[in-house]
Amino acid sequence: MGQNGTFEQVVLPHLDAAYNLARWLVRNTHDAEDIVQEAYLRAFKFFGSFQGGDSRAWVLKIVRNTSYSFLEKNRLVDLAEEFDETIHTAIAELPGAEAALLQSADSRMLRDALEELPVTFREVVVLRELEGMSYKEIAEVMDVPIGTVMSGLARGRSQLRERLLRAREREVQRGLRK
Amino acid sequence: MACESEGRLLHGYFDGELDLVRTIEFEEHLKACPDCARELSEQQAMRQSLRSSNLYERAPESLRARILADLPVGKVQPKPIPMGRRYVLELLAAAIVIAVIVGARVMPNIAGRQQANLLAQEVVASHIRSLQPGHLFDVQSTDQHTVKPWFDGKLDFAPPVTDFASQGFPLVGGRLDYLDNRDVAALVYQRQKHLISVFIWPAESRPAKLPETQTIQGYNLVFWWRDGMYFCAASDLNVPELRQLAQLLGQ
Repeated sequence: MGQNGTFEQVVLPHLDAAYNLARWLVRNTHDAEDIVQEAYLRAFKFFGSFQGGDSRAWVLKIVRNTSYSFLEKNRLVDLAEEFDETIHTAIAELPGAEAALLQSADSRMLRDALEELPVTFREVVVLRELEGMSYKEIAEVMDVPIGTVMSGLARGRSQLRERLLRAREREVQRGLRK
Repeated sequence: MACESEGRLLHGYFDGELDLVRTIEFEEHLKACPDCARELSEQQAMRQSLRSSNLYERAPESLRARILADLPVGKVQPKPIPMGRRYVLELLAAAIVIAVIVGARVMPNIAGRQQANLLAQEVVASHIRSLQPGHLFDVQSTDQHTVKPWFDGKLDFAPPVTDFASQGFPLVGGRLDYLDNRDVAALVYQRQKHLISVFIWPAESRPAKLPETQTIQGYNLVFWWRDGMYFCAASDLNVPELRQLAQLLGQ
């Protein structure tokens, strides 16, 4: 028994959050399920050492570590990918035009762009935008200082934005050729 | 791209993670920097797309079943540790003493927190009720000299009433409300299209257990205490702007 309830009460309710994180880190459903299952076994084993407090961050930290072990074992961690965030797309020099493009990006395009992000940036964007966590919670999950969370988000969002704009640009060009 | 000098704060601001001083500083900067303003609107557009795209991956039911089957949850009983009966009784007595001491320390804390939560719930309920047609004002006026005297004789205290139209928070009216088992004053301010209820009632000392800000059902609350009065602002407006109003009202 942990400090503030049973394993069922404290850990099981975070299953969706656990799966969402694993799924975005390893990018496929089959591995994500195995990882979450393994992470939950670990969480059960270490539940006695859970001190109370933010149980979601505690569970996600275990899921994250399990996911990274998997990625490293299978050599799936993206090598720090060079990506020039400052290149400006030719599209949309008019003020407000980029915002309009970003807002009209469809789900598939967003999914692709997010999946293409290097894993550390993908992770911080997923925890903030999909999981809705605060900087403090994200820092706890990733085991980094809060400042690193903020700079990670700045770079992650900037890359995501450029990838989306490029995808839109390619789409527009294809449309024009037809 | 955001500008070099202040751009690093942009994401902290966008996420509502800056402290009050830096929030105000960044807002000052924002007025003068079209690059940051543009970046902010692009980030807002991207967030809207991200959140409306069903990207959240929920765990399949089969996984839940697999995990439950896998875990010894509810199956394994802890092994009893053999020991003498007297020893057990002594241990039990010690446990009771500890429980009483810990309980005495923790209980008021828990009770205080529950009370604070109840109050926050009440505030949100009052604010939502006020947004229903016909419930917003008892006195509708942008003139503080009309609103303030209106409260005379209706309350056993005189709430401070000031219009902040020139700072972007015009006063639009006031009403009587009921919170925390007493009559309270509610002032209604407007920020663009957002309505803000500011509840005010006397409190002799600064209540210890109340949080500074809270979010309930999508409404943001900011609490503060000043000169023997307790204040709570409630709105769907974002926290940094709500804090701005709190500052004007003397937070």
